[in-house]
Amino acid sequence: MDDERDDRPDPDALLAQLKAEETRATRARLKIFFGAAPGVGKTYAMLQEARRAHADGDEFVVGVVETHGRRETEELLAGLPVLPRKSVQHRGVALAEFDLDAALVRKPRLILVDELAHTNAPGSKHVKRWQDVLDLLDAGIDVHTTINVQHVESLGDVIQQITGVRVRETVPDALIERADEIELVDISPDELLERLAEGKVYVPEQAQRAVQNVFHKGNLHALRELALRRTAERVDAEVRAYRKEKGISDTWATAERILVCVGPSPGSERLIRATKRIAEGLHAEWAAAHVEVLGAPPLSEKDRDRVEAHLRLVEALGGDVVRLAGRSVAGALLDYARETNVTRIVAGKPTHPRWRDLVSGSLLDSLIRGSGSIEVHVIAPVEKGKPPPASPIPRERPTAAAYGWAVLAIAVATAACVMLADYATIAEITMVYLIAITLASLGGRGPSLLAASLAVAAFDFCFVPPKYTFAVSDLRYLMTFGVMFAAGIVISTLTTRLRGQERDALIRERHTAALLGFTRDIASATSPADVAAVTVEHLEASFPVSAAVLVPDPEEPGALGAVAGLTPLAAQELGVVRWAFEHKQTAGKGTDTLPGARILAVPLVSGDDAVGVIAVQAKQDPRRRGGIAVALIEAIARQAGLALGRVKFAEQARDAALRIRTEEMRTALLSAVSHDLRTPLAVITGAATTLRDDGDRLPAAVRHDLSSQIVDDARRLERVLGNLLQLTRVESGLVPARELIPVEELVGGALTRMEGVLGTWKVDLDVPSDLAVPVDPVLFEQVLINLIDNAIKHGAPPLELHAAREGDKVIIDVVDHGRGVPAELGATLFDKFVRASNAPGAGLGLAVVRAIVEAHGGHVSVDNVPGAGARFRVELPAEHPAAKRPKLDELAILPVREAAS
Amino acid sequence: MSTILVVDDDLQLRRFLRTTLAGHGHSVVEAGSVAEAVDAVGRVQPAVILLDLGLPDGDGLAVLRRIPPEDRPPIIVLSARGQEGDKVTALDAGADDYLTKPFGASELLARIRVALRRTAGTPAPDVIEVGPIKIDQPRHQVTVSGSEVHLTPIEFRLLLELARQPGRVLTHRQLLREIWGPNAVEEVHYLRVHMGALRRKIEADPARPQWLLTEAGVGYRLREPTPEAPAG
Repeated sequence: MDDERDDRPDPDALLAQLKAEETRATRARLKIFFGAAPGVGKTYAMLQEARRAHADGDEFVVGVVETHGRRETEELLAGLPVLPRKSVQHRGVALAEFDLDAALVRKPRLILVDELAHTNAPGSKHVKRWQDVLDLLDAGIDVHTTINVQHVESLGDVIQQITGVRVRETVPDALIERADEIELVDISPDELLERLAEGKVYVPEQAQRAVQNVFHKGNLHALRELALRRTAERVDAEVRAYRKEKGISDTWATAERILVCVGPSPGSERLIRATKRIAEGLHAEWAAAHVEVLGAPPLSEKDRDRVEAHLRLVEALGGDVVRLAGRSVAGALLDYARETNVTRIVAGKPTHPRWRDLVSGSLLDSLIRGSGSIEVHVIAPVEKGKPPPASPIPRERPTAAAYGWAVLAIAVATAACVMLADYATIAEITMVYLIAITLASLGGRGPSLLAASLAVAAFDFCFVPPKYTFAVSDLRYLMTFGVMFAAGIVISTLTTRLRGQERDALIRERHTAALLGFTRDIASATSPADVAAVTVEHLEASFPVSAAVLVPDPEEPGALGAVAGLTPLAAQELGVVRWAFEHKQTAGKGTDTLPGARILAVPLVSGDDAVGVIAVQAKQDPRRRGGIAVALIEAIARQAGLALGRVKFAEQARDAALRIRTEEMRTALLSAVSHDLRTPLAVITGAATTLRDDGDRLPAAVRHDLSSQIVDDARRLERVLGNLLQLTRVESGLVPARELIPVEELVGGALTRMEGVLGTWKVDLDVPSDLAVPVDPVLFEQVLINLIDNAIKHGAPPLELHAAREGDKVIIDVVDHGRGVPAELGATLFDKFVRASNAPGAGLGLAVVRAIVEAHGGHVSVDNVPGAGARFRVELPAEHPAAKRPKLDELAILPVREAAS
Repeated sequence: MSTILVVDDDLQLRRFLRTTLAGHGHSVVEAGSVAEAVDAVGRVQPAVILLDLGLPDGDGLAVLRRIPPEDRPPIIVLSARGQEGDKVTALDAGADDYLTKPFGASELLARIRVALRRTAGTPAPDVIEVGPIKIDQPRHQVTVSGSEVHLTPIEFRLLLELARQPGRVLTHRQLLREIWGPNAVEEVHYLRVHMGALRRKIEADPARPQWLLTEAGVGYRLREPTPEAPAG
């Protein structure tokens, strides 16, 4: 594709550039004061600039600055706003540390944080200060900081070569690359040495050796060159970015991709750093792969930890991490390399003896053979002459019983052979022993070797002439011994590997099954609580852990509450959880952030948002179980995050639908209420003003009529309001206070209250005097009143009221003799704001009836009765467990007080 | 006639009460808060207090509690519908009666009349007459429109309690305590059963009672016979 070079800015690139510019504009700025060695004046330069900014009135605070007692620096610091340090107790010593939380709370526009590479006191939130700085940047606070070249992660071993000292306090290159500005603070080595002589350079005691090594003129020159080059590289990168932005054709071929193979060997670290440098030189992407060989004996815990540490280093240096599995390391690497268009593979120079290649095949050899067009770089590990300690062959510890069985097997074999000695030849006896060794090897390598040794000894003693001595007369038997022993080793190796494979397969299968089961169960979860419960259940079933799912508390912004699983979490654990949530990164036990915590917090991410956190408290460290376990927890977290997102979206959709309905309701309510409240108010106002203004001149009959109108419309107003309130109360979940009440009393109460409205209406009652129903008396009186009111408004006399018990129901009918209910209205009559034409009222009365009846577990319906009008029927459960039942025999026993006269 | 203390923080309602009550010959003292009310009780010794339950500086019940029972004039609580629980609490705490807002002037005057009658201190006569109902206490005899009805001892006690103060509401609890004693105050259903029986003997149509009225969620009241036009 050489003819299609990207000299024209392609749309995607432009878009990315626009985005980058946007982020740059909004995201917090990081400025690094960069120096070759301590004492060049980085802190001084930083403070000077801060002072200038301070004079300009910029809002900033000194987060932490080490003056090391230097006078000039202290003078510069005077008068600047300084954040108080936090005192951290460590082994009885109070350490004054940078107070990250205070800084985040204060949220200045700019904060000065000296010595980026500093390691925080144990017990701090982060292990390293640069992690604090990341938090500050994430919080939108600009940061100015200082660092020396020897603390740059990828230069670690170059520095070591220069100074002979391994620098432990390093800062990931990614952070330095993220800096918006790097200012090189540079003085000549001569000047620096002069300042050192004058005692102007602070030298911490524990760094004496380092400093002695650093402050040689030659070394200083080398370091300075390194710092200058590093800065130049950055400028170079900026120029390149500029060229690319402007569509200037690049002069180099892109799309280089480098893959480095990482194992537990300490040499891997150097490989990783070297790869990073090669990648930088080639402006290439790079990735590190760790290959798990199927069927190979599992790595020891220590090796696992080392592999994880290496992979974390890769992430810190800005590389991608790839976990592969395959029959062989080379095969897996090459497959992946071809798939992803890797152009170069970096591998370590072998340090093991040559014979091992003969036995197990050489990685390098197969890599080079199979690499095809891919270049293979071979790099020597750093420690010359001192090979890394061979990791002990990992295995499952054989039990004491296995050794016992081994001894027993040989004893039985020997006994059998002694009995058969007269009939069997040496060859057959050897076979019997081999069987015994094979059986013993099932117990593992140790028992197998023991069995082989014992077999050889017993065979020699009992069967090899001269018998019953360990002496051997015929040297050919030595060969037999050798074969027996070798057989023992071979068989045990094979069985051990087989068992390992089996175990691996089992674990893998369990994990796959766990993930599958989880995916299946999570799909049917319909609420965040469901998702959380399923997640916790699966985590706890798959690992020896207790787990919890925390999501943002809707009541309390910023707080996370557990919806399932282990609770309550201590404040420290909540801190870990919050950090993981805010940064969308795994934190806690076994990670780089808050490693001292008891839990591991894995964020649940949906789209770009964190929607929750899984907190896992291991009954044993999950990381110790190797990458698979953490990877699985993270896989589960991904699934759970997606599910949580899905559920949330569904809820949002539901809420939106509800909101629309509520909105419609509100509109209907407003129009109905404004009509039904304003009309009576208009009547009242009109009549009252007439009475006030012209009362004297009006005849008495007119005055009375006006007054009556006021009274009637005030009552109408009250009924509308009363219904509105009642409806709100019932719909907001008012629980009826049920008592068993005679229907007669309910009907009587309602009719008494409706006396004025009923006027001359004839009322026919058919209510059995012994019929009672469990209802809330106040609410139910409203039901009857509204039904009677409805009949008066829309029907014609007489009014009939029937009550009867039918099975487990009490039926109350309110029948009028009007025209009946229009067929097209039917049950919609009970909807809010529906009313028959031309009748006054907000159409709330029947909605209230339905709401109250349904709150009682009943049902309301309407139909037309031939020969009469509309029939409204209320059906209520006749029994309610919560309602009190009178016991009539008890009544008889109760004493009656003497009448006081 | 009588001094009436109106305790309500709503100025419009006070204005209405002042106009109406003054128009019927009462003198009106107003208070807008618990503190003012307690103060006014000490100063003017009102014959009746009209008490709103929601006051800016506390529950209207506080007024009730801060006046010792022996100095306490009849108190009529003003409340809204739907606050039956509050009404019962106030009545059981010593209030005399209640009025549900909105109320008409005649209803208000009737309640005040009933309350004032109680303080007049006239002991209930041996023979009480309420409308067509005539109760002869010494003889345990009840007639309705001249014809005798036979009541059980409980029904008699129930009718008597209500008839002693016609027009005044009695809560379920008050009736139960008076008739069955303090251990029976929760047994409202006893009361309902007996009230049903009593109505069937007294009322022409027990499902449309004219005299023994139900106050849903609160208690019962014997209707006060429509009074003759108030004198003066």
